Amino acid sequence: MKPTIKYAAIAILASNIAYAEGQLNIYNWSDYIAEDTIANFEAETGISVTYDVYDSNEVLEAKMMAGSSGYDLVVPTGDFLARGREAGVYADIDLARLANIGNQDRQVQGLADAQLEARNAGVVYMWGTTGIAYNVDMVRERLGDNAPTDSWDLILDPANAAKLADCGIAILDAPTDVLPNVVAYQGGAGDTTDPKLFEKAGEVLNAVRPHLRYIHSSQSINDIANGDICAAIMWSGDAFQAAYRAEEANNGHVIDYSIPSEGTNLWFDLMAIPADAKNVDNAYKFIDYMMRADVAANNVNYVWYASGNQAAKASIDPEILEHPGIYPTEESQKKLFVVPVYDARLDRVVNRVWSRFSSGG
Amino acid sequence: MPQRHSILAKLAGRTGRRLVVLGPLLWLAVFFMLPLLETLQVSFSVAQRSIPPYAPLWGFDEGGFFTNFTLDNYGLLARYWQDYIGPAFNSIRLAFFSTLVCLLFAYPMAWWIARSTPKWRVFLLVMVMLPFWTSSLLRIYALIGLLNPNGFINGMLMWLGVIEAPIRMMQTDFSIYMGMVLTYLPLMILPLYAVMVRLDDDVIEAATDLGASGVQIFWTVIFPLTLPGVIAGCLLVFIPAVGEFVIPALLGGPDQLMMGKVLWTEFFRNRDWPVAAAIAMLLLAILTVPIIYARYQDGRVDDKHEKETGAR
Repeated sequence: MKPTIKYAAIAILASNIAYAEGQLNIYNWSDYIAEDTIANFEAETGISVTYDVYDSNEVLEAKMMAGSSGYDLVVPTGDFLARGREAGVYADIDLARLANIGNQDRQVQGLADAQLEARNAGVVYMWGTTGIAYNVDMVRERLGDNAPTDSWDLILDPANAAKLADCGIAILDAPTDVLPNVVAYQGGAGDTTDPKLFEKAGEVLNAVRPHLRYIHSSQSINDIANGDICAAIMWSGDAFQAAYRAEEANNGHVIDYSIPSEGTNLWFDLMAIPADAKNVDNAYKFIDYMMRADVAANNVNYVWYASGNQAAKASIDPEILEHPGIYPTEESQKKLFVVPVYDARLDRVVNRVWSRFSSGG
Repeated sequence: MPQRHSILAKLAGRTGRRLVVLGPLLWLAVFFMLPLLETLQVSFSVAQRSIPPYAPLWGFDEGGFFTNFTLDNYGLLARYWQDYIGPAFNSIRLAFFSTLVCLLFAYPMAWWIARSTPKWRVFLLVMVMLPFWTSSLLRIYALIGLLNPNGFINGMLMWLGVIEAPIRMMQTDFSIYMGMVLTYLPLMILPLYAVMVRLDDDVIEAATDLGASGVQIFWTVIFPLTLPGVIAGCLLVFIPAVGEFVIPALLGGPDQLMMGKVLWTEFFRNRDWPVAAAIAMLLLAILTVPIIYARYQDGRVDDKHEKETGAR
């Protein structure tokens, strides 16, 4: 018991020393930063960081919308950041205060700025795609060597889905990351805001619904790694996490991820400062620190998402940099699109289509 | 003057009782009535993108006092009732059968615990309550580990050669009910036990002496006497089970949309707190009818009991 008390006392003393440089309360996605980044930042700046995590944009949004969250820095996805700005949740970023802003990937940051219709909403931390994760052997066993693993056909064509049903198909429980892709699969523009196209997309999903194991956003990571399911519509980084887990477990399952040739949505997670943040200076210091090339590269090498940082590329693991599922080839880049921010009415249509699909109604 | 004395005592008793009740009443007012009124108020508000994400129902601005009251949220539920009636039915069905299965398991278990020696009783009660000491979420994940196609149970059965291919247990009704019953069973056992342990053995003995059969004793003596425990246990299980969100989400397949998920969608996806509040209020209204009825029945039993024994 005694040593614990001693360590606790040391910890309290240490945190008091750190208080001298102030505090910083960060709210970020789970598993979304290298293990040593926070500790390094604290050591370098003397700022004491409280680091909390969430696993869905919705949770973050509800907390921010309720007001007085107490956080100084959060990392919402583009459309959520846009809606939050409309509600007055987030402050503009003063880009002049960020010495390392030149390190940002201009193309990526530009796409995000276009989605947000603002140049100072936030700094892109990571970005990724929605695509297909699949168990290489299980899919080949059922669909042969020419299995359309590079097409939405693999899951959205009922004939294929029926053959994969026995080894298990899962779909993300995220309407705005799935329905626009179904629109693209049908030849429409993924960045549409036409309710009719979403209704039609719902019909495509309803046709494969009998063959689905479940609709869930995080369960599929473990399940596909364990071979409990064999194909899933997933976010890029999650798919690589699953592939890594399968490799670690050495269970014989090989998981791969592909960006479908019909195109898919590109999304960005941005570092943003809440309007009611108390430690604004430290938030700027942290954003600037995260934009340093070595820090950004270290994070990418850990989380396996593409970085919003151009300068970091020199130190990013070549295996990541050359993977077409993480940094898409120029060919597939042409087919990528950014989902615009829906208004409340379109939100309701999209979610109704989604509810009817997921409940089979 | 014994008459007057007893009236005084009665009065004092009544005041004392009121004072004792005051604490829980205050607690209910602050932590139940106020949030409930807040929810009611939100259900009549207009949604907008702001903090909080709805317009105030009333207040003062440059133009003086204003109100911003709408019935549209309830109107939307009425217009799209087909989208809501299915999940409501799913949730009530799930809660009903979970309660039934819990009762069938809990009744003999509670009886057995109540009839054990006092030493065993404590041990068995601790065993019943032990799961409460770990997070229910952890227990659900443990269950997933057991039921998965590559999980413990399938692995065991295949190793023993009982089956050749894994049985699909996850994402089925079976896995949902497993989760529900495992989670809620203690809430059924405890009130049943509380009633059974006070059950007078002499009553059963008397019934036996008068020649009643086992079945007769159960249905005419034991069951009626344990009915308050049955009602309390059923309410304790049924009410939270209707709003259950986590268990169907983690253990269920895509085909069962529950009311909890519908509420979640309104709140988090549509960002429509007013409609979410309207659903919550309607659900509450639907649920309170049977509860008030049950309380009313309970009260009648108490009154009758009071009259018959003549004291309280």
